[in-house]
Amino acid sequence: MKTIHVSTTVNGDAAEFICGPDESLLDVLRNRLGLTGAKEGCGTGDCGACSVMLDGRLVCSCLVLGAEAEGVTVDTIEGLAEGDHLHPLQQSFIDHAALQCGVCTPGILVAAKALLDRNPDPTETEVRYWLAGNLCRCTGYDKIIHAVMDAAKTMRAA
Amino acid sequence: MALDNTGQRVFKVVGTRPPRPDGVDKVTGRALYGADMSAPGMLVAHILRSPHAHAEIVSIDTSAAEALQGVKAVVTAADFTPQEDEYLDDILVNCLARDKVLYDGHAVAAVAATSADVAKAALKLIKVEYRKLPHVTDVDAAMRPDAPIVQSGRSLETVPEGMSENVTSHCEFGHGDLEAGFAKADLIIERSFTTAATHQGYIEPHACLATMGADGKGDLWCCTQGQYNVRSICADLLGIEASQLRVTASEIGGGFGGKTTVFIEPVALALSRKSGRPVKIVMSRSEVFLATGPTVSSSTDVKIGMTKDGRITAGQAHLRYSGGAFPCGTVDMGAQAAFAAYDLEAVQTLGWNALTNRPKEAAYRAPGAPQAIYAVESVVDELCQQLGLDPLEVRLKNAARKGTKSSYGPTFDDIGLMATLEAAKAHPHYSAPLGENQGRGLSAGFWFNFGGNTCVTLNVNTDGTVGITEGNPDIGGSRAAISQMAAEELGIPYDKIRTIVADTSSLGHNDVTDGSRVTFSVGLATIKAARDAISKMCSRAAQIWGIDEEAVVWEDGAACPAGPNAGKFPPMTLAEIAAVSFNTGGPIAGHYEFNADGAGVSFGVHLVDVEVDRETGGTKVLRYTVFQDAGKAVHPSYVEGQMQGGAVQGIGWALNEEYIYGEDGRLQNPGFLDYRIPVASDLPKIDTVILEIPNPGHPYGVRGVGETPIVPPLAALSNAVSRAIGKRLHSLPMSPPRILKALSEA
Amino acid sequence: MVAVVIWGSLRRFTDGQGEVEVEARNFKELMEALSARYPGLKPQIERGVSLALDGRIYREAWFTEIGPDSEVVLMPYMAGG
Repeated sequence: MKTIHVSTTVNGDAAEFICGPDESLLDVLRNRLGLTGAKEGCGTGDCGACSVMLDGRLVCSCLVLGAEAEGVTVDTIEGLAEGDHLHPLQQSFIDHAALQCGVCTPGILVAAKALLDRNPDPTETEVRYWLAGNLCRCTGYDKIIHAVMDAAKTMRAA
Repeated sequence: MALDNTGQRVFKVVGTRPPRPDGVDKVTGRALYGADMSAPGMLVAHILRSPHAHAEIVSIDTSAAEALQGVKAVVTAADFTPQEDEYLDDILVNCLARDKVLYDGHAVAAVAATSADVAKAALKLIKVEYRKLPHVTDVDAAMRPDAPIVQSGRSLETVPEGMSENVTSHCEFGHGDLEAGFAKADLIIERSFTTAATHQGYIEPHACLATMGADGKGDLWCCTQGQYNVRSICADLLGIEASQLRVTASEIGGGFGGKTTVFIEPVALALSRKSGRPVKIVMSRSEVFLATGPTVSSSTDVKIGMTKDGRITAGQAHLRYSGGAFPCGTVDMGAQAAFAAYDLEAVQTLGWNALTNRPKEAAYRAPGAPQAIYAVESVVDELCQQLGLDPLEVRLKNAARKGTKSSYGPTFDDIGLMATLEAAKAHPHYSAPLGENQGRGLSAGFWFNFGGNTCVTLNVNTDGTVGITEGNPDIGGSRAAISQMAAEELGIPYDKIRTIVADTSSLGHNDVTDGSRVTFSVGLATIKAARDAISKMCSRAAQIWGIDEEAVVWEDGAACPAGPNAGKFPPMTLAEIAAVSFNTGGPIAGHYEFNADGAGVSFGVHLVDVEVDRETGGTKVLRYTVFQDAGKAVHPSYVEGQMQGGAVQGIGWALNEEYIYGEDGRLQNPGFLDYRIPVASDLPKIDTVILEIPNPGHPYGVRGVGETPIVPPLAALSNAVSRAIGKRLHSLPMSPPRILKALSEA
Repeated sequence: MVAVVIWGSLRRFTDGQGEVEVEARNFKELMEALSARYPGLKPQIERGVSLALDGRIYREAWFTEIGPDSEVVLMPYMAGG
């Protein structure tokens, strides 16, 4: 199979890679760019563990082709903190014990940031529905919801 | 080591909520899980799986696959030596089928190649000739004398004669005169129940990276609940010595019992040995559903007698479990746990395990207990309904307490069931008003909790900090709890300590992270290791001061003279002693290695309000409160997290989750779309009330917490639905079609 | 002598008795004495048993001492998740 050359922007930096025409963006990120923060929990878009932003849109990177990254921006969990300064959502997840095993956490953080970018003051119900595409098996979601609400409050005050 | 009963101990660090040491790694995507590790020259392996529920393997021809460019190794069962030990041989046969495939998805062969595409193409070139055999996936059907036999010759001596060969074990527990007990009852209710097999549903699929040379030395990186268990099993299956195989546990993306197992690791090692290259295997989600650990499926009959005023006079349960295609002892645990919450004069539980053409059962939080307690708590609730009694009062009246002869034999010591029931009764949730089509359910739950083999090394660094090496993967914040207990004992700040999870070469054997054992057992070993280091530090201080060792005590993180007679010296802190350790005898470390007992049983009570939509059959959870005796809660946030997470898994089990098999014996829903676990929008806040009844078997009173919370939700939800719609369902899950069917039968 | 309560399905190997008496000072001696006196129990003991001593469950510790008045209950080897 002929490979495709792709030029893109990942977490603000220019990036180039070659990939197969049927290769998912998730596989590209993990296997070609060394960004293993996005996880494959299902490969079918059901669990949200591979959530990334594609040109400002929240997507399951397992359902996006690597080739689709051509000319657009990709933002992953690795780009959420600024240097050693954690994003308020990241700090809130630690403070509220909103993770146990932590494997769903990168996807949930990316999804939660996408929510707060468009709605800085969501209700609990809005957070629960927005995150309904991100499965977590450890926490029962309670502390996650609380952490997102609290981070939103912090960000509004900033 | 018994509870420190020197008055009311005031804790400084234990009971607080510091940030977890792996927090930053896990919120930045830096933490490395099973699939996140790669090695230079690595091959990727994929596994060929059976498309049949039950078939004889007539032949396997791998020659075309081996000839494909890029394929470096192919293995089948023929590459492994059958094991004399049945437990090990079952694991081996489950890793790669030997003569028969025993379930849909059973592994048959594996290919390691230079890319995933090549490996997958090679699988298509493997020719397997099957001769299909009749199959059975239902436990009751499997126990019938004419059922297809899944495996022959696997019945234990405990199985009564004349049963199907599929029945592998039988157990009986209880005490007292059942007949006399039932004769005293004013009302006897007897009901039959079924529960579907469910999957642990960890978000991280199984993954490993194996390296093994021709010299028999190997390294394995994998996500597991127990690296030592993986090492000993893999060493046996590959015929190498344990010392030559180092297993490193990755960060683990959920386990819940399902990663106390071995599926792909020996296969990856064998492929690596054959190819001379590192080999990585990552399961797909459908492989996880098809071929890794669901729970048992169950069919149960329960009979309970009660007096008009709510005293239970006798209880009996017949439990039929299937742990899939291999013998499984889980029914023993269910039969012991079924009536554990009750103080009964007459009780009997009988259990049978039967083979079916389903994947090999793996532990899932309190294995065996949820199914049995669901049935018992449902019948108790129905008795309350029919006799017009308050279900909480009835449980208080019959609750097991200190001095109760338990349904499984021993007499209970200090237990927290009464306290959790009283807390539930006093909670505003219990008296909150309910609307139309709404119902409130409650259930008690129980789990044993275990201790087990544990090693801890505690190194005192020369800068006054401490490194702890322990051997149990951190599945939900245990590194934080272990650091807290060390900080408490040593009298130094929490952030001066770093706890790491060791590989198998760095520490002696540790049992798997199971049985809610880690905070209890590793915590206990950590306290003991800290005391070992403290005695060495006191000895160094004594040397420096020129006084007797016995004249030195440890207070607030420093060695101090024991009293005015010992001499007048200012306290010498851990940092001060550590700084001169090279001059006083060398590095200082504390150790503790033991097999922990005395874990202390755990009880919980769950309250739930639901609303049932009569048009769709959907059940909405409106309010949920967990009450649990946690012993001393070391890190309350992670205790709450266990209670919430377990409750939600139980809610999924009660309402949606099930393995669905077709007539052809194949699994119809091996994916998260069709196997629906609860999502955030399905749920309300899960409220928690932690009760701290100290465990007499731990110096701080710590009990295991993690498993009990999955037990009560099954009956609590069923009882709530029954009160919401006025009809009782006897099968889980109570999925919308089942609820609509029950409503239409009105 | 120690009175040991066994679980119901083992009664068929102890002439129907739910409680048997053997001479033993610890867990190891108890398992040996039971296996010697009731050979039918041996396969189960070899597969694994736990011992509840005065309400506390021990899974493996051979040298757990058994007092003359201890409540001794034999249980299957515990396995969890």
